[in-house]
Amino acid sequence: MIRKLTYVATLFAGLTCFSAAHADDYYQELGGKEGVEKIVDNFINEISFDQDIVTFFEGTDITRLREKLIEQFCHESGGPCEYTGDSMKDVHAGMKITKAQFNRVVELLQAAMDDAGTPQTAQNRLIRSLAPMRPDIIHR
Amino acid sequence: MKSKLIPLTAVAISTLAVADVNAGSRLIATSGVTQLEGGAGGGLTPWAVISGYADEGEYSVGAFHTSTDVQDFRLKVNGVSASYDNRFEVSAALQSFEIKGVAGDLRQEIYGAKYRIYGDAIYTALPQVAAGIQYKRLLDGDIAEAVGAEDSDSGIDYYVSATKVHLAAVGGYHLLWNATLRATQANQMGLLGYGGDDESGYTLQPEVSALVLLRDDLAIGAEYRKKPDNLSAFDEDSFSDVFIAWFPNKNVNLTLAYADLGSIAGSEDQDGFYFSISSWFK
Repeated sequence: MIRKLTYVATLFAGLTCFSAAHADDYYQELGGKEGVEKIVDNFINEISFDQDIVTFFEGTDITRLREKLIEQFCHESGGPCEYTGDSMKDVHAGMKITKAQFNRVVELLQAAMDDAGTPQTAQNRLIRSLAPMRPDIIHR
Repeated sequence: MKSKLIPLTAVAISTLAVADVNAGSRLIATSGVTQLEGGAGGGLTPWAVISGYADEGEYSVGAFHTSTDVQDFRLKVNGVSASYDNRFEVSAALQSFEIKGVAGDLRQEIYGAKYRIYGDAIYTALPQVAAGIQYKRLLDGDIAEAVGAEDSDSGIDYYVSATKVHLAAVGGYHLLWNATLRATQANQMGLLGYGGDDESGYTLQPEVSALVLLRDDLAIGAEYRKKPDNLSAFDEDSFSDVFIAWFPNKNVNLTLAYADLGSIAGSEDQDGFYFSISSWFK
C-alpha cells in the first residue's frame, strides 16, 4: 500500500515537473537558435542607433555581448543553453541606470523582436522572464 | 462649449501624425486612459497609475475629451491633467450633462489629485497602490436641489486604487486588473448633488477593471463601477462598460466603449457608445 502510494506520489511529482518545465518554454516560439540570434542582432543594432543608450556600451566587446545575450535569451526561454555571463548586478554595477533608460532598452528590445517577426505572445514571455532582473539593473 | 472642442480635437489629431514627441519615458499604454472625472484610469474608474508617461524626475502635461451619448442624456467631459515623477497627478475636468428636452447643460467642475503610495504595476510583485481625492463643484445645482440632494453645491470623493499587470499571463498576453474603493456621497457622480434623503453620508463603493493587451498598443477590457443610491426619488444603478483602447504613440490614445449606465434620474436602461481621447504634449 505504502509502496503504491509512493509510486503514485513519485509519478505525480514527475508529471508536475514535466508540465512545469514545458509550460514556460517558449524557445521554439522565439524561433529557436535562428530566431534568438536574429533578435539579439536586431537588439544590438537598435542600441547602436540610440544616442543615449549606446554610451553605456563604449569599450564593450560586442562579440562577447552578442554571445552572452544569445545564451541568456536561449536559457530564459527554456532553450538548450547555459548563461555563462556575469550576474546582472555585476554587469550593471556603477552604471547608475535610470528607470527611463531601463524603459528605453525594453522599447529597443521590443523593436528588435518586432523586426525579427517574433510573435506577440513570445515577445511578452521574454519580457516576463527578463522583468524580474530590473532591481539588479537600475540605480546601481 | 462646443467651440472649445474643436481646438482640442485638432491638437489631438495633429499629434497623431507625429510619433513620441517630448513624451515621457514610461512604456506605451502605461498612462492608462482618462476616466469620466479626469483621473488616469480606465474610462469609468480611476486606477493607481499616474497620468501621462513621466517617470522619475520627469513631468507630463495633457488634455482630454470624453463624450457619452445614451438615450435621454449626453455627457461631455473636457479637461487637463499633469503629473510629476510618476508620483503625483493633478487634474481639472468640466462635465457638461445634457438632458433630453431640458434647456441648458448641467455642469460640474472636478479637481482631482492622486498620489502613488507604493509599487510599480509592472515590476513589483505587489500591485501599484495610489490614493486620490476628487473635489466636485456643481455649477448648476437647481436640479440637484429639486430632486432632494442633501447638498447641491460641492462634495469630495476619496479613493484608493490598486493596479497590477501580470506579464504574459493569459495565453501569452499581458493582463491588467485594477480595484478601487471609493468613499463618496455623490449622486450620479455629483451631477445630481451629494447625499440624499435615503442616505446622506459617505458610503464605500467598489470599482473594478480588467483588460488584456492584444498588442503593446491595443487593449480590450471591461469595467464595473458601483454607485450609491442616495435619493428616494430615483433608483441609481452601477455603471459598466466594455472597451477597446488604442495607443498609437505616447502623445495620444483613443478609447471606444459601450457603456451601460443603468437608470439615471428616472430614465431606465440608459446605454450607448462612449468615446474618449487623451493627448500628452509633454
